[in-house]
Amino acid sequence: MLGKVFKSHTKSSVMKELIMKEIDDLIINSLGIVAFISFFVGGVISIQTALNLENPLIPKSLIGFATRQSIILEFAPTFMSIIMAGKVGSFITSSIGSMRVTEQIDALEVMGINSLNYLVFPKIIAMLFYPFIIAIAMFLGIFGGFLAGVYGGFTTAADFTQGLQDTFYPFHLVYAFIKTFFFGMILATVPSWQGYYMKGGALEVGKASTNSFVWTSIIIILTNYIITQLLLS
Amino acid sequence: MIKVDNITKSFGADEVLKGISATFEKGKTNLIIGRSGSGKTVMLKCMIGLFTTNSGEIFFKDQAISKMDIEAQRALREDIGMLFQGGALFDSMNIEDNVMFPLRMFSNDKRPEMLKRVNEVLKRVDLENVNHKFPSEISGGMKKRVSIARAIVNNPKYLFCDEPNSGLDPKTATVIDQLIQEITKENNITTVVVTHDMNSVMEIGEKIVFLKNGTLVWQGSNQEIFKTDNEDVTDFVYSSDLFKKIRDIQIKEH
Repeated sequence: MLGKVFKSHTKSSVMKELIMKEIDDLIINSLGIVAFISFFVGGVISIQTALNLENPLIPKSLIGFATRQSIILEFAPTFMSIIMAGKVGSFITSSIGSMRVTEQIDALEVMGINSLNYLVFPKIIAMLFYPFIIAIAMFLGIFGGFLAGVYGGFTTAADFTQGLQDTFYPFHLVYAFIKTFFFGMILATVPSWQGYYMKGGALEVGKASTNSFVWTSIIIILTNYIITQLLLS
Repeated sequence: MIKVDNITKSFGADEVLKGISATFEKGKTNLIIGRSGSGKTVMLKCMIGLFTTNSGEIFFKDQAISKMDIEAQRALREDIGMLFQGGALFDSMNIEDNVMFPLRMFSNDKRPEMLKRVNEVLKRVDLENVNHKFPSEISGGMKKRVSIARAIVNNPKYLFCDEPNSGLDPKTATVIDQLIQEITKENNITTVVVTHDMNSVMEIGEKIVFLKNGTLVWQGSNQEIFKTDNEDVTDFVYSSDLFKKIRDIQIKEH
């Protein structure tokens, strides 16, 4: 499939519009749910860490440290991608699958248009902006943790900020964004494959969307393991 | 003119087309008819390149598709207009953008020029003031008209229609049939229509190819179809009570 996605390009003026539309559908329209989930999960991580710190010898700055590490290393890139497999992945599969069952893809092919390039290439380009979403998720997750920790009375602003700065390795951010890039490509291609090659009617579009979520999640988790093994161990 | 020479097509062990040869003439509405499952749509999809045949050859103006390079195939596809059974209009686009789509993909015209052509073809199919509606907001008959408009907007040399009357009331079906025939004559194009609707056969069947179980069993015109002794054809034609009664009346009159 990927080989054909990059062949016989659609007219550039049309492709520009398609890319802008996909950026709007896949990236901009995901900002709300990403912001909401990140903010509150960041808050919960902060509270949970604070409630589990019973030993008075452990500094309160650990709350900020744990929040930062959890969010930057796993929550924002990996678990947000699983959530996006549900939101963006299902959207991609169902929209392409609906086009398949209503012969819209056949119509493109009959007109001499490379339907894979027309439908999938703009999604791949749009998902190059996926790290932008994850950066926002990181910021809002930590900010939510800060507000919950400080205004919930679990730590002070100074301690939390101290924790955020403790033993910070910039490479952790590089690692997070490298895997975010791969997850973005998985989110663009696996659901597209599920939708494009589906057969049947409306019921099968629903099944393909479910399969898309399951397979995208599995591939993200496995890729996460492999990248972590390669870059961090 | 389109020539189909001894084509076969199988899906696994299921042989759907068994060596069909036929010619579809320019300036005429050519019909492929037969019962459900006879291979009509598969034959059409082979002709437009959505399926590849297992053997045999399809010629467009004496040029075999399999011998064409990619550029020639691409150029050929720009000459093909297709009316799908369900319309296959793009849900995310309004009517204007749907009809303009082939122009945007293949012409270098500016938008006002393209819009002029879109309005011309929409007027030709008797649809006006629907430019900004979406496919979900119009009726089945209107969808077929929009689909015809999209198929002819690029002035194709070949028009293919897959069951253009399915899901339409008899009056709208007749209007669509007449529209297809008028467009064929006006533009002197080769039109191939897949149908199992006897009204269409009577209305526009200038050249008819009858398929049964993937085999061509009869070909002729809509005048000849009522005179043939071929049992498969008469079974098909007189499966409707209306046509049986017409035949009985004709026999009594003679």
